[in-house]
Amino acid sequence: MEDYRQTKGRIFDIQKFSIHDGDGIRTIVFLKGCVLRCRWCCNPESQEYAIQTMRVAGEEKVIGRDVTVAEVMETVEQDRPYYYRSGGGLTLSGGESLCQPEFAGALLRAAKESGISTAMESMACADFGVIEKILPYLDHYLLDIKHMDPAKHKEFTGRSNELMLENAEKIARSGQSRLSIRVPVIPTFNDSEEEIRAIARYAGNLPNVEKIHLLPYHRLGQDKYDGLGREYRMRDIVPPEAGHMQELKRAAEAESGLACQIGG
Amino acid sequence: MGLYQYEASDIKKTKRIDRLIANLFAKMPEIESARARLITESYRMTEEEPMIIRRAKAFAHILENIPIIIREDELVVGSSTIAPRGCQTYPEFSYEWLEAEFDTVAGRSADPFYISEEAKREIKEADRYWKGKTTSELATSYMEPETLTAMEHNMFTPGNYFYNGVGHVTVQYEKVLAVGYEGIRSEAERRLAECDFGDGNYARKSRFLQAVIISCNAVIAYAQRYAELAGKMAQECGDEARKAELLQISKNCGRVPAKGAETFYEACQSFWFVQQLLQLESSGHSISPGRFDQYMYPYYEKDRKNGTLSREFAQELIDCIWVKLNDLNKCRDAVSAEGFAGYSLFQNLIAGGQNGDGVDVTNDLSFMTIQASMHVQLPQPSFSVRVWNGSPHEFLVKAAELTRTGVGLPAYYNDEVIIPALQNRGLTLQDAREYNIIGCVEPQKAGKTEGWHDAAFFNMCRPLELVFSQGMDRGVPVGVKTKAVEEMQTFEEFYDAYKEQMNYMIKLLVNADNAIDVAHAERCPLPFLSCMVDDCMERGLSVQEGGAVYNFTGPQGFGVANMADSLYAVKTLVFDEQKVTLKEYKEALSTNYGKGLTKEMIGDMTTQIAASLKSAGQEIGEKEVAAIMKTVMETAEMPAVKEKGEKLLKLIADVPKFGNDIPEVDAFARDVAYTYTRPLQEYKNPRGGIFQAGLYPVSANVPLGAQTGATPDGRLAGTPVADGVSPSAGKDVNGPTAAANSVARLDHYIASNGTLFNQKFHPSALSGREGLEKFVALIRAYFDQKGSHMQFNVVSRETLLDAQKNPDKYKHLVVRVAGYSALFTTLSRSLQDDIINRTEQGFNY
Repeated sequence: MEDYRQTKGRIFDIQKFSIHDGDGIRTIVFLKGCVLRCRWCCNPESQEYAIQTMRVAGEEKVIGRDVTVAEVMETVEQDRPYYYRSGGGLTLSGGESLCQPEFAGALLRAAKESGISTAMESMACADFGVIEKILPYLDHYLLDIKHMDPAKHKEFTGRSNELMLENAEKIARSGQSRLSIRVPVIPTFNDSEEEIRAIARYAGNLPNVEKIHLLPYHRLGQDKYDGLGREYRMRDIVPPEAGHMQELKRAAEAESGLACQIGG
Repeated sequence: MGLYQYEASDIKKTKRIDRLIANLFAKMPEIESARARLITESYRMTEEEPMIIRRAKAFAHILENIPIIIREDELVVGSSTIAPRGCQTYPEFSYEWLEAEFDTVAGRSADPFYISEEAKREIKEADRYWKGKTTSELATSYMEPETLTAMEHNMFTPGNYFYNGVGHVTVQYEKVLAVGYEGIRSEAERRLAECDFGDGNYARKSRFLQAVIISCNAVIAYAQRYAELAGKMAQECGDEARKAELLQISKNCGRVPAKGAETFYEACQSFWFVQQLLQLESSGHSISPGRFDQYMYPYYEKDRKNGTLSREFAQELIDCIWVKLNDLNKCRDAVSAEGFAGYSLFQNLIAGGQNGDGVDVTNDLSFMTIQASMHVQLPQPSFSVRVWNGSPHEFLVKAAELTRTGVGLPAYYNDEVIIPALQNRGLTLQDAREYNIIGCVEPQKAGKTEGWHDAAFFNMCRPLELVFSQGMDRGVPVGVKTKAVEEMQTFEEFYDAYKEQMNYMIKLLVNADNAIDVAHAERCPLPFLSCMVDDCMERGLSVQEGGAVYNFTGPQGFGVANMADSLYAVKTLVFDEQKVTLKEYKEALSTNYGKGLTKEMIGDMTTQIAASLKSAGQEIGEKEVAAIMKTVMETAEMPAVKEKGEKLLKLIADVPKFGNDIPEVDAFARDVAYTYTRPLQEYKNPRGGIFQAGLYPVSANVPLGAQTGATPDGRLAGTPVADGVSPSAGKDVNGPTAAANSVARLDHYIASNGTLFNQKFHPSALSGREGLEKFVALIRAYFDQKGSHMQFNVVSRETLLDAQKNPDKYKHLVVRVAGYSALFTTLSRSLQDDIINRTEQGFNY
């Protein structure tokens, strides 16, 4: 077996039959470790690279395991008939996959080499040199842009957004993969029409962007914070209403001239 | 590219359809007595005559005298009862259960029926004639004592045909549409004229053909009664629009089904009389319309080309037929009602697929049948679609749209598996390509087959219980005396003992089915049905006597997943890893893993211990029995027992389970399914055909699970057994694709009487056009891997819980239960719970 398939990495979940994260029926591999600490994060167990324990339904569960690319591919291969019929494939998610660049790159390469299409959900928060190495193996970049204002970005995610925006430009200009911009719509953070318009304007000015996805905030990660013994700082926030999401969608479309969808 | 052009656009529902449905469901269904009285009158007058003639004369007597009604707003007419959704009774098959349940049938939880005191009296009066004359009594006298014992001990239940007619057939509707019963009668007359009374088969053949002629005349006269009634009602009708409708109905019934249909509307009326009267001749269910979109199409096409039929009116007529299919009903005994819950008659109607030449023949009507099921949102017809590599994508997307409504329809069938599976059973390629589905999931070639599908429920878990008890059940020998498990040294020994118990039970099952089969041939041959099945007219034999071209018997096994998980757990824990002994396993099973004994278990164990003490020479009186019972209960409650049970359950939980895409476990399951499917196909039935296995439970996995002790997969006593070929509830934890991959690893070709795979989805999985596309892809991918059937429940858990609490709010809520759709609120509580507890798939974030 080729060496790169023995590359090791750390994941915390593999989810099959994912139908809201890219084209067709997909298998999502969740990589552990993230550069940001978004307050609304629905996968708080993804943030630390270290292996953790979390209480799930009253029982201790170990979160995170070290695996080789070949091992992951064995699971990914199982749903090949579904990718074939639906135009689906492998999606990397996290965490931020770019925190484990060699592993992420090797996974995408392995999938491509066995004819499985690839996607990656990522904030592009890494050296562009790292991203550049991955792009040849990536069919579809699902790029997160959360806010245009550096200060607010830092306040809610722990980091400013300059590097990510810079990378977004470079990824778009490279034209090497399909590109969709994903925006989590979080009340109290970025759910005003003005804030969404700002992101849409930016996306509209990038070359090669296919679509904008507006992902409404949900509370389904809340129990995990309790399970990790962490405080959930968004406890009082309610998901945006459907009507408001429609308004934001129209605004984003008008501002960017791009197609926009609600949900993945 | 298919043969036909089609339009996929939606057609709106008319207000008439809503009114028809509201009227149909206004009251609790009712049992009527007319048929019981009339058949008895006729039988009393014909005692000296051949049975086939007696059947025809009784049919004619019923059709001549049974009260008829045209319901408000109907466009297609013909009702077997005055009350909407009412039912008649069929004492020639069995009657005692109904008399015993007269006073409880209106109050029972599954499928209640109202019955008036007058009807009770009439039915009781009629029943006095039937003592010793029914098919069930004759069948019993044909069975071996061992078979009766096994049935008493719930090893299998052939209850369906034991107590009722067989049904489970699709006839040549196209023949009636083309030539009418006058045409069929002429054929019978011609054949009769060709007979010579010197022929060896003259006696039977001539009487059979005479019976056909009597039946044809009876149906023609029955339609004439409707023509007259409609004419009379038209005269009295003040509303001009309705008057015109009634006059048209009168005209239709005056022409069909006596003559061939000239228009689509006549074809609809003609179809309906066939469908209705087949069920009035016998009490069989699963009388399936089959490929309605194919045999109705020529009439539709002609009217459309002539410009005399709008798509909208054609849709309204189809919708009317869909409502009528829910007007027919059947009262089953209380136990069977649980097994077939939901007032279902399993009238399976299928759209799409190929013709005999292998060309896709999806047409306008295929889409309109889907539309009709969307309009009426009712459990009947049991609606199915055929899927193959050549199926139009738009057709499957439209079908997925129907799935999304949550009505539990359609069921999807894979041509790529079913066609070769039927060829393997001796059908020609052309016949196999024209298959349709009977009842739940059973394929056959229409108009040529007596499939005896659904011939019994066979519980694959019970023989494993017999392995642990060396063939004993409740202190009585029921199975084979295999080696004591404590002495078994290898897994092969254990598995062989299971196979031995299986083989023996299968043989008894065959004995039971064949006994019933012979009883039907002797006591209830059906001349009306037989005139629409080849080669009955040529051979001069009814289908019950072997007149059909293809003959099968298809009893269905269930519990594959439980047995696969059980045997795999025993192999892993006892023999591979040696973490537990068979002795310990046996103790844990007999104490229900320390989780408390069911009443049945306490009774069974007490009887068993008492019997063994008795045979050892001890005096056992009431006092001793009470003492034994106390000990049994106390033993099961001991902390040590509970602790051991808990420990074993933990070990079992860690053993890999079927349904999670683990090749080794799945291969094992495939082999376990063979323990049922392979021995069975070696047996023959009295009609000259063979047995073929199905793997589906209808909804019997719940009531029959209640009679099954704890199993080595960690399933507790009395809880439901796995449904169909689906993984055990909650054991498939890797999502729908993994479950489907596992199920596809079973051999679906050999289970040619049908397999059933249920998946449940939350509606979010099908949202938007994209959701539908992905859903179609899921079906296609499962079928690429050679699964045979797939069906879906698309409702939220919250909806179901709310419906349990507020049944009145959800009177029309339909869910898919095993092989069919049923009204959720009419299901028994335990079945409702089972549906709610199934793994809810596809809710991703």
